[in-house]
Amino acid sequence: METVVFLISAAVILSGALGVIFSKNPVHSALFMVQTLFGVAVLFVLLEATFLAAIQVIVYAGAIVILFVFVITLLGVDRAEDLKVEPISGQRPLAVVLGASIFGIILTVLIVAVGGPTGEQVANTPIGDASDNTKILGEALFSTHVFSVELTALLLTVAVVGAVVLSTRPTKPLISTLDKQQNDNLEDELEEKGEE
Amino acid sequence: MMIIASDPLLSSDIGFSVVAIMLLKVVIAFALLMVSVMLVIWFERKIVADMHNRVGPSLAGPWGILQTLADGIKLFFKEDLLPERADRVVFRLAPYLSLVPAFLSFAIVPIGGDFTNGGDGTVSIFGHRTLLQVADPPVGILLFLALSSIAVYGVMLAGWSSGSKYPLLGSVRASAQMISYEAALGLSMATVFLFSGTLSTSGIVSGQATWNWNLVSTGFIPFIIFVIAGTAELNRPPFDLVEAEQELVGGFHTEYSSIRFALFFLAEFMNMITMSAIAVTLFLGGPNGPILIKQIAWVWPILWFFLKVMAFLFTFVWLRATLPRLRYDQLMDLGWKLLIPASLGWFLLIAALNIGEDRGWSTFLIVPIGLIVLSLAALLLNGAIKKAKDSSLHAADLSEISEGVDQ
Repeated sequence: METVVFLISAAVILSGALGVIFSKNPVHSALFMVQTLFGVAVLFVLLEATFLAAIQVIVYAGAIVILFVFVITLLGVDRAEDLKVEPISGQRPLAVVLGASIFGIILTVLIVAVGGPTGEQVANTPIGDASDNTKILGEALFSTHVFSVELTALLLTVAVVGAVVLSTRPTKPLISTLDKQQNDNLEDELEEKGEE
Repeated sequence: MMIIASDPLLSSDIGFSVVAIMLLKVVIAFALLMVSVMLVIWFERKIVADMHNRVGPSLAGPWGILQTLADGIKLFFKEDLLPERADRVVFRLAPYLSLVPAFLSFAIVPIGGDFTNGGDGTVSIFGHRTLLQVADPPVGILLFLALSSIAVYGVMLAGWSSGSKYPLLGSVRASAQMISYEAALGLSMATVFLFSGTLSTSGIVSGQATWNWNLVSTGFIPFIIFVIAGTAELNRPPFDLVEAEQELVGGFHTEYSSIRFALFFLAEFMNMITMSAIAVTLFLGGPNGPILIKQIAWVWPILWFFLKVMAFLFTFVWLRATLPRLRYDQLMDLGWKLLIPASLGWFLLIAALNIGEDRGWSTFLIVPIGLIVLSLAALLLNGAIKKAKDSSLHAADLSEISEGVDQ
């Protein structure tokens, strides 16, 4: 039973991942990504991590990818891209080399570390059964790991403030930001214009 | 194998009768929802007509009660149009992305069962004890939040895939609005979880069995925020900018016709029923109420649940007939600058009170201190908003002046 569910969701995840890469339209890519996220959520349910499954859908599918789609449709970049032009020359071969080497590194680490997949459960922290893993997760986050939680919260706040500051930065220098000298010059100019 | 529900039905051996009962529950929930949608559409048209001093639907069936059925059949036989510039696959997919979450989220609502006097809310069907809800997952309400965030895709993609500007405008408005108000909705629910200590819907209902409804114990504010945010989440008036007829023709479903349009309509009213049912479950004790005649004890909880949901449905219709639509900036201001800070502040206050109770702190001290801190934060926020507004006005003035100088 578990194997059947795993195989089906693995097929869903992988086909979604391939769809993200191969579809020409960015909106279709985003939708395939939602498919992948759903497959992962099913895997979480299979591992009795029901809270993570719900959060996976709420946060990733419900907020992050929605914002992707929002930006894509709002900015009007939802057309199939022209792939003939290479923005930076030599970019594509480099990307292939880089991708292949990252894949190689991960594969090497995996094989060296566990000596091939064993299928045994390695996590030794109790996650409880489906009904109380929300509680156990909450307790762990806000007692043992409270410092990292707070740091992450701070990081996110800084990121939000930074984004707001960047988006409201004036494009032209405003008169109020110039020093008094320049302001006086401007007034002089205005007077000269008036005299002319 | 894992157990998805705390339902006693599933903890025993799963045999043929258990599967049959589950199927029966699914079919009943489906039929109930379809019939209620039919009646709610008629109910809304009739009540709005009364408030407008009109007659409303009156020809199909007694008091026009079959009007929705007639409309449905008519829409079913209409030609199904596909715009030339539409994205074919997504255009066909979008109505189902609206409809399926609307159906699924009703599955977690307990519509009956006696939770009072230590009852666990189960009823006996064919010798099996079971809860009167299709599913009771341990993450209950989070499932509802997840499904309502999926429903955004239906609206969003419908507008985008139509390949036309009015639907696109409608869907961009919709997604911004639904994402903004989901935050306030979730935060107002969080206060309820502080009292129930569980996310499961049956757990939340049984925690309110002794007339200690969450409406009172959470102090009314989360309930008010929930209703406002819920109305916005449903895109109901006064928050119906998504399909503002005067500005956007029909909003995100302008290009839809025939049965696909009917599916959007169905989803909209189904969401209205589900939102009312969730509000009843969270704040008004769900099916809890006095059991008046012991011989038919199982009827009373269902009746109380029905009456409470009807009160909400009437309120939604009443709001539609009464309030004018908000402007877009007012909508965003209300969501981000009032509802989210207010629900967050109230949540912190209630959490402080709960912790104080555990540690034996004096309530008379916590409440004033908490209120002072909250009002300081509110003042600070207000000041920041005012400053931002002033400086943006100032900047606009200055840029006008400097443009004048350039010329």
